[in-house]
Amino acid sequence: MPRRLQILLFASLRERLQQEALEMDWPGGSLRELRAVLVALGPAWADFAHPPRVRAAVNQVMASEETRVEPGDEVAFFPPVTGG
Amino acid sequence: MSGPRVVVQLEDFSVAAELDALRRDASGGWNTQVGAVASFVGTVRERNEGDAVASLTLEHYPGMTERSIESILQSAEARWPILGARVIHRVGALSPADQIVFVGVVSAHREAALEACAFIMDFLKTEAPFWKKELTPDGPRWVDARASDETARQRWQRKLPPSAP
Repeated sequence: MPRRLQILLFASLRERLQQEALEMDWPGGSLRELRAVLVALGPAWADFAHPPRVRAAVNQVMASEETRVEPGDEVAFFPPVTGG
Repeated sequence: MSGPRVVVQLEDFSVAAELDALRRDASGGWNTQVGAVASFVGTVRERNEGDAVASLTLEHYPGMTERSIESILQSAEARWPILGARVIHRVGALSPADQIVFVGVVSAHREAALEACAFIMDFLKTEAPFWKKELTPDGPRWVDARASDETARQRWQRKLPPSAP
Protein backbone atom coordinates (compact mmCIF):
# COMPACT_ATOMS: atom_id res chain seq x y z
CA MET A 1 0.00 0.00 0.00
CA PRO A 2 1.50 3.36 -0.98
CA ARG A 3 2.26 5.75 1.86
CA ARG A 4 0.31 8.94 1.89
CA LEU A 5 1.52 12.49 1.51
CA GLN A 6 1.17 14.93 4.40
CA ILE A 7 0.31 18.51 3.33
CA LEU A 8 0.45 21.45 5.76
CA LEU A 9 -1.12 24.86 5.13
CA PHE A 10 -0.15 28.07 6.90
CA ALA A 11 -1.42 31.60 7.51
CA SER A 12 -3.87 32.98 4.91
CA LEU A 13 -3.93 29.68 2.99
CA ARG A 14 -4.99 27.77 6.11
CA GLU A 15 -7.76 30.29 6.81
CA ARG A 16 -9.05 30.42 3.26
CA LEU A 17 -9.10 26.65 2.80
CA GLN A 18 -10.33 26.12 6.37
CA GLN A 19 -7.90 23.32 7.06
CA GLU A 20 -4.38 23.16 8.44
CA ALA A 21 -3.41 19.74 7.16
CA LEU A 22 -4.56 17.10 4.73
CA GLU A 23 -3.38 13.72 3.56
CA MET A 24 -3.60 12.34 0.06
CA ASP A 25 -2.47 9.34 -1.91
CA TRP A 26 0.57 10.29 -3.93
CA PRO A 27 2.57 8.07 -6.27
CA GLY A 28 5.63 10.35 -6.25
CA GLY A 29 6.53 13.17 -8.61
CA SER A 30 7.81 16.72 -8.79
CA LEU A 31 6.50 19.64 -6.77
CA ARG A 32 5.17 21.06 -10.06
CA GLU A 33 3.12 17.92 -10.57
CA LEU A 34 1.81 18.09 -7.00
CA ARG A 35 0.71 21.70 -7.54
CA ALA A 36 -1.30 20.60 -10.60
CA VAL A 37 -3.10 17.95 -8.52
CA LEU A 38 -3.98 20.52 -5.84
CA VAL A 39 -5.21 23.12 -8.36
CA ALA A 40 -7.64 20.47 -9.66
CA LEU A 41 -9.25 20.25 -6.19
CA GLY A 42 -11.27 23.40 -6.87
CA PRO A 43 -11.29 27.16 -7.47
CA ALA A 44 -10.08 27.93 -3.93
CA TRP A 45 -6.79 26.21 -4.85
CA ALA A 46 -6.21 28.19 -8.08
CA ASP A 47 -3.25 30.20 -6.81
CA PHE A 48 -1.31 27.02 -5.95
CA ALA A 49 -0.30 27.16 -9.63
CA HIS A 50 1.70 30.35 -8.90
CA PRO A 51 4.93 29.69 -6.96
CA PRO A 52 5.55 33.39 -6.13
CA ARG A 53 2.16 33.59 -4.38
CA VAL A 54 2.13 30.13 -2.81
CA ARG A 55 5.58 29.05 -1.64
CA ALA A 56 6.42 25.44 -0.85
CA ALA A 57 8.76 23.52 1.41
CA VAL A 58 9.43 19.78 1.22
CA ASN A 59 10.45 18.19 4.53
CA GLN A 60 10.94 21.69 5.99
CA VAL A 61 13.35 22.91 3.27
CA MET A 62 12.33 25.49 0.63
CA ALA A 63 11.64 23.61 -2.59
CA SER A 64 11.92 24.38 -6.30
CA GLU A 65 9.41 23.23 -8.88
CA GLU A 66 11.70 20.35 -9.81
CA THR A 67 12.05 19.10 -6.21
CA ARG A 68 11.04 15.45 -5.99
CA VAL A 69 8.15 14.73 -3.63
CA GLU A 70 7.94 11.15 -2.34
CA PRO A 71 5.11 9.37 -0.49
CA GLY A 72 5.55 9.99 3.23
CA ASP A 73 7.07 13.46 2.72
CA GLU A 74 5.82 16.54 4.55
CA VAL A 75 4.97 19.31 2.08
CA ALA A 76 4.06 22.75 3.38
CA PHE A 77 2.42 25.55 1.39
CA PHE A 78 2.38 29.14 2.59
CA PRO A 79 2.25 32.76 1.42
CA PRO A 80 5.43 34.89 1.17
CA VAL A 81 6.91 35.29 4.64
CA THR A 82 6.44 38.46 6.73
CA GLY A 83 8.43 37.98 9.95
CA GLY A 84 11.03 40.20 11.58
CA MET B 1 26.33 31.80 26.12
CA SER B 2 23.67 29.39 27.35
CA GLY B 3 20.77 27.76 25.52
CA PRO B 4 20.21 27.32 21.81
CA ARG B 5 21.26 30.20 19.59
CA VAL B 6 17.96 30.22 17.67
CA VAL B 7 14.83 30.57 19.79
CA VAL B 8 11.18 31.05 18.81
CA GLN B 9 9.10 31.87 21.88
CA LEU B 10 5.93 33.52 23.15
CA GLU B 11 7.75 35.33 25.96
CA ASP B 12 9.48 38.70 25.84
CA PHE B 13 13.29 38.91 26.10
CA SER B 14 15.83 41.20 27.76
CA VAL B 15 18.20 42.82 25.26
CA ALA B 16 20.67 43.66 28.05
CA ALA B 17 20.76 40.04 29.24
CA GLU B 18 21.21 38.76 25.68
CA LEU B 19 24.09 41.14 24.94
CA ASP B 20 25.77 40.24 28.21
CA ALA B 21 25.49 36.52 27.41
CA LEU B 22 26.91 36.97 23.89
CA ARG B 23 30.03 38.60 25.35
CA ARG B 24 30.76 35.63 27.61
CA ASP B 25 32.47 32.31 26.85
CA ALA B 26 31.17 28.83 27.65
CA SER B 27 32.43 29.02 31.25
CA GLY B 28 30.59 32.28 31.92
CA GLY B 29 33.65 34.55 31.97
CA TRP B 30 34.11 37.47 29.58
CA ASN B 31 35.21 36.44 26.09
CA THR B 32 38.08 38.90 25.69
CA GLN B 33 38.44 38.11 21.97
CA VAL B 34 35.26 40.14 21.50
CA GLY B 35 35.79 43.73 20.37
CA ALA B 36 32.44 44.44 18.74
CA VAL B 37 28.83 43.76 19.76
CA ALA B 38 26.12 44.52 17.19
CA SER B 39 22.42 43.98 17.62
CA PHE B 40 19.05 44.66 16.03
CA VAL B 41 15.67 44.73 17.76
CA GLY B 42 12.45 44.82 15.75
CA THR B 43 9.36 46.19 17.49
CA VAL B 44 5.66 46.51 16.65
CA ARG B 45 4.77 49.83 14.96
CA GLU B 46 1.46 51.50 15.75
CA ARG B 47 0.84 52.09 12.04
CA ASN B 48 1.38 49.91 8.95
CA GLU B 49 0.48 50.75 5.34
CA GLY B 50 -1.24 53.88 6.66
CA ASP B 51 -3.58 52.10 9.07
CA ALA B 52 -3.62 51.94 12.85
CA VAL B 53 -2.52 48.57 14.19
CA ALA B 54 -4.19 47.64 17.48
CA SER B 55 -2.40 44.31 17.77
CA LEU B 56 -0.80 41.63 15.67
CA THR B 57 -0.46 37.88 15.77
CA LEU B 58 2.64 36.08 14.58
CA GLU B 59 2.52 32.51 13.29
CA HIS B 60 5.43 30.23 12.39
CA TYR B 61 6.21 26.75 11.09
CA PRO B 62 7.65 24.92 14.11
CA GLY B 63 10.80 23.09 13.11
CA MET B 64 11.33 24.68 9.72
CA THR B 65 11.50 28.19 11.16
CA GLU B 66 14.32 27.29 13.55
CA ARG B 67 16.19 25.34 10.84
CA SER B 68 15.86 28.20 8.41
CA ILE B 69 17.34 30.74 10.85
CA GLU B 70 20.13 28.31 11.82
CA SER B 71 20.99 28.01 8.13
CA ILE B 72 21.11 31.82 7.82
CA LEU B 73 23.49 31.97 10.83
CA GLN B 74 25.74 29.38 9.19
CA SER B 75 25.84 31.46 5.99
CA ALA B 76 26.84 34.50 8.07
CA GLU B 77 29.58 32.50 9.81
CA ALA B 78 30.95 31.37 6.45
CA ARG B 79 31.15 34.98 5.33
CA TRP B 80 32.41 36.90 8.37
CA PRO B 81 34.72 35.96 11.27
CA ILE B 82 32.05 36.16 13.95
CA LEU B 83 32.57 34.85 17.49
CA GLY B 84 28.93 34.32 18.45
CA ALA B 85 25.38 35.03 17.33
CA ARG B 86 21.87 34.63 18.66
CA VAL B 87 18.38 35.14 17.22
CA ILE B 88 15.18 35.30 19.27
CA HIS B 89 11.85 35.70 17.49
CA ARG B 90 8.53 35.98 19.26
CA VAL B 91 5.25 34.48 18.09
CA GLY B 92 1.66 34.84 19.32
CA ALA B 93 -0.20 38.03 20.19
CA LEU B 94 1.78 41.31 20.28
CA SER B 95 0.88 44.98 20.80
CA PRO B 96 2.46 48.22 19.55
CA ALA B 97 5.92 48.80 21.09
CA ASP B 98 6.36 45.11 21.92
CA GLN B 99 9.69 43.55 20.95
CA ILE B 100 9.37 41.08 18.06
CA VAL B 101 12.88 40.00 17.12
CA PHE B 102 16.43 40.16 18.49
CA VAL B 103 19.59 39.55 16.47
CA GLY B 104 22.93 39.82 18.26
CA VAL B 105 26.40 39.23 16.79
CA VAL B 106 29.84 39.52 18.40
CA SER B 107 33.17 39.65 16.59
CA ALA B 108 36.68 41.02 17.05
CA HIS B 109 36.03 44.07 14.86
CA ARG B 110 32.92 46.11 14.08
CA GLU B 111 32.63 45.50 10.33
CA ALA B 112 31.95 41.78 10.73
CA ALA B 113 29.46 42.25 13.57
CA LEU B 114 27.52 45.09 11.90
CA GLU B 115 27.39 43.49 8.46
CA ALA B 116 26.54 40.01 9.75
CA CYS B 117 23.72 41.48 11.86
CA ALA B 118 22.22 43.24 8.82
CA PHE B 119 22.71 40.13 6.65
CA ILE B 120 20.93 37.90 9.18
CA MET B 121 17.95 40.28 9.41
CA ASP B 122 17.68 40.70 5.63
CA PHE B 123 17.57 36.92 5.12
CA LEU B 124 15.27 36.34 8.11
CA LYS B 125 12.75 38.83 6.66
CA THR B 126 12.63 37.04 3.30
CA GLU B 127 13.28 33.36 4.12
CA ALA B 128 12.27 32.44 7.66
CA PRO B 129 8.67 31.18 7.78
CA PHE B 130 6.79 33.69 9.91
CA TRP B 131 3.51 35.40 9.04
CA LYS B 132 1.96 38.50 10.62
CA LYS B 133 -1.74 39.16 10.92
CA GLU B 134 -2.71 42.68 11.96
CA LEU B 135 -5.84 43.89 13.66
CA THR B 136 -6.80 47.25 12.09
CA PRO B 137 -9.98 49.37 12.45
CA ASP B 138 -11.25 47.61 9.29
CA GLY B 139 -10.70 44.18 10.82
CA PRO B 140 -7.94 41.59 10.72
CA ARG B 141 -5.65 41.30 7.68
CA TRP B 142 -2.58 39.28 6.74
CA VAL B 143 0.45 41.47 6.12
CA ASP B 144 1.77 41.40 2.53
CA ALA B 145 5.44 40.75 1.83
CA ARG B 146 7.35 43.89 0.77
CA ALA B 147 9.38 44.13 -2.42
CA SER B 148 11.90 46.32 -0.52
CA ASP B 149 12.73 43.37 1.75
CA GLU B 150 13.61 41.27 -1.29
CA THR B 151 15.79 44.10 -2.62
CA ALA B 152 17.56 44.29 0.75
CA ARG B 153 18.35 40.59 0.60
CA GLN B 154 19.61 40.76 -2.98
CA ARG B 155 22.18 43.44 -2.15
CA TRP B 156 24.27 40.75 -0.42
CA GLN B 157 24.64 38.86 -3.70
CA ARG B 158 26.48 41.81 -5.25
CA LYS B 159 28.91 42.37 -2.40
CA LEU B 160 32.26 40.64 -2.49
CA PRO B 161 33.25 38.64 0.57
CA PRO B 162 35.35 40.68 3.01
CA SER B 163 39.10 40.18 3.05
CA ALA B 164 40.54 37.92 5.73
CA PRO B 165 40.91 39.60 9.15
